[in-house]
Amino acid sequence: MKLSAFKRALWVFHVATGSCNGCDIEIVAALTPRYDVERFGIRLVGTPRHADVLLVTGPVTRPMAERLKRVYAQTPDPKAVVVVGGCGSTSGVFYESYNVVGPVDRIIPVDVYVPGCPPRPEAIIDGVVKAVAKLEKLGAKV
Amino acid sequence: MSGWAVFGEAALVLIGGGIVGLFYRGLDRKIAARMQARVGPPIRQPFLDLGKLLVKETVIPKTAVTWIFSAMPFLAVLASFTALLYLPLGPFPPVLDGHGDAILVLYLLAVPALAMALGGLASGSPLGVVGAQRELVMLMSYEFPLAVVLVAVAWRVAVLGFSPAFSLGTIAMHPLWTVVGPLGILGLAILCLTLLVVTPAELAKIPFDIPEAETEIAGGLFAEYSGTYLALFYLADAVRTVVLAGLVVALFLPYGIAKTLGLAGAAAQAVDLLFWLFKVFAVMVVAVTTVRVGMARLRVEQVARGFWLWGTAAALGGLLLLALDKVVMG
Repeated sequence: MKLSAFKRALWVFHVATGSCNGCDIEIVAALTPRYDVERFGIRLVGTPRHADVLLVTGPVTRPMAERLKRVYAQTPDPKAVVVVGGCGSTSGVFYESYNVVGPVDRIIPVDVYVPGCPPRPEAIIDGVVKAVAKLEKLGAKV
Repeated sequence: MSGWAVFGEAALVLIGGGIVGLFYRGLDRKIAARMQARVGPPIRQPFLDLGKLLVKETVIPKTAVTWIFSAMPFLAVLASFTALLYLPLGPFPPVLDGHGDAILVLYLLAVPALAMALGGLASGSPLGVVGAQRELVMLMSYEFPLAVVLVAVAWRVAVLGFSPAFSLGTIAMHPLWTVVGPLGILGLAILCLTLLVVTPAELAKIPFDIPEAETEIAGGLFAEYSGTYLALFYLADAVRTVVLAGLVVALFLPYGIAKTLGLAGAAAQAVDLLFWLFKVFAVMVVAVTTVRVGMARLRVEQVARGFWLWGTAAALGGLLLLALDKVVMG
C-alpha cells in the first residue's frame, strides 16, 4: 500500500455532532481565498464514502453517537479522524451534561485533537496535516 | 491501413486523451481558483487525486445491486474513451473514421450519463436514487437541443454534396462559416451558442450539477461510490470534457493555422495538433470554467424548462435560419 499519494490529495468530510457552528464556520473559513486549503489538494466532500479525513466538531449529543459511529464505518480505509474544537476534545462547557455522551474519543478512535473555542483555520489545517503524517507512519509499519 | 496500425493509433489516442483530460481538469481547477483570487491546487492535482482514489478501499454497500453497481464505472470509462476515437484530432481524421458517425458519438456521450444514473439507482442509497432521477431528467432535456445542433450542421454539409455527411471527419474538413450567407451565419452562431450551453449540462458542472449537488444530496449519484470505482468515474468525466470540447471544435471551429503560417508536412501537423489542443482548452475555459465560477446551481425544473423551451427553441431557430439561408442563397 502506497500512502504517499495521500499527502497532496486529502478529501475531508465534516461531521457536526451537535456543535454550536463556531468550529464549523472556522472550517469553512479554511476554504476561503485567505487560507485556500485547495492549494494543498484538500477538498471538502459531500459524503463519507469519498473522504480520507473526518473532521468532527461538537460534544456528541446522545442521538448523534450512533450516527457518528455509522459515518466512521462508512468511510473507506485508510482514514483519519480529526476532532476540531474544545467540545469534541474534552466535552468543554458541556462536561458531564445529561444529554452529551462525548467527547468524540469515547465513540470512535481519534487521531488528532485541535483544541480551541473555536480553533483558528491555521490550527485546523495543521491538525489535518498532522493526521496525514500519522496515516503515513501507520503505512510505513504495514 | 492495417489492423495493427489502427490498434497502435487507437492506443496512442486513448492514452493521450486520458492524460490531456486530467491535465485540462487541473488547468480548469487552477483557473477557477485564480478567478476567485485563490492560489489553487497544482495543475497535477487530478493525477494525485486519481492515484489516491486507487489506493483507497472500494466499498460495495450491502443494499447495492452488486453487478450493476460494479459494472457501471467501467461502462462510463469505456464509452467516454470510445467517443475519443470518433473525434477529429485537428489535422488528423478520427481513428475510426468510416466505422461510425456523428449519431454514434451522440449515443456514446449519453452512455456515461446513463451509466452514472444506473449506478446511482443500483447503489441502494436514497441519495443515489434522487441523483439518478435528476440525471435522467437532465439527460432528457438537453439531448434534443444537442441532437438538433448536430443534425443541422450535418444536414448543411450533406447539402454541399460531401459524403459521408454524418461523419465528424467530413464535417470538420468543411467549415460552414464561409459557405453560408448572413442568415446562415446567424443560424450557426445560435447553434454554436446552444452547444456551448449544453456542454456544462452534459458534464453535470455548475450550474447544471444538480445530479451531484454535494450540499443538498451529498454527491447524489456518487454518494456510495468510493475508491477505484470513483476513480473510474473521475477519469470518465475528465475524458468526456475533452470529447465535448472536441465536438464543439469539430462542428464550429475546425480551422488550422499551419497553412496560414506557410508550414507543410510533419511540422504543419504538429502545429495544427497543438492548435487543436489549444482550441479544445479555450472551449473548455469558456463553456465550463468561467460558467461554473460565475454561477450558482439551478433548480431541477429550471434546467428542464430551460432546455425544453429555450434550448429547443434556440436549436430549432438556428436550424430554421440555416434552412432559410439555403433557400435564399440557392
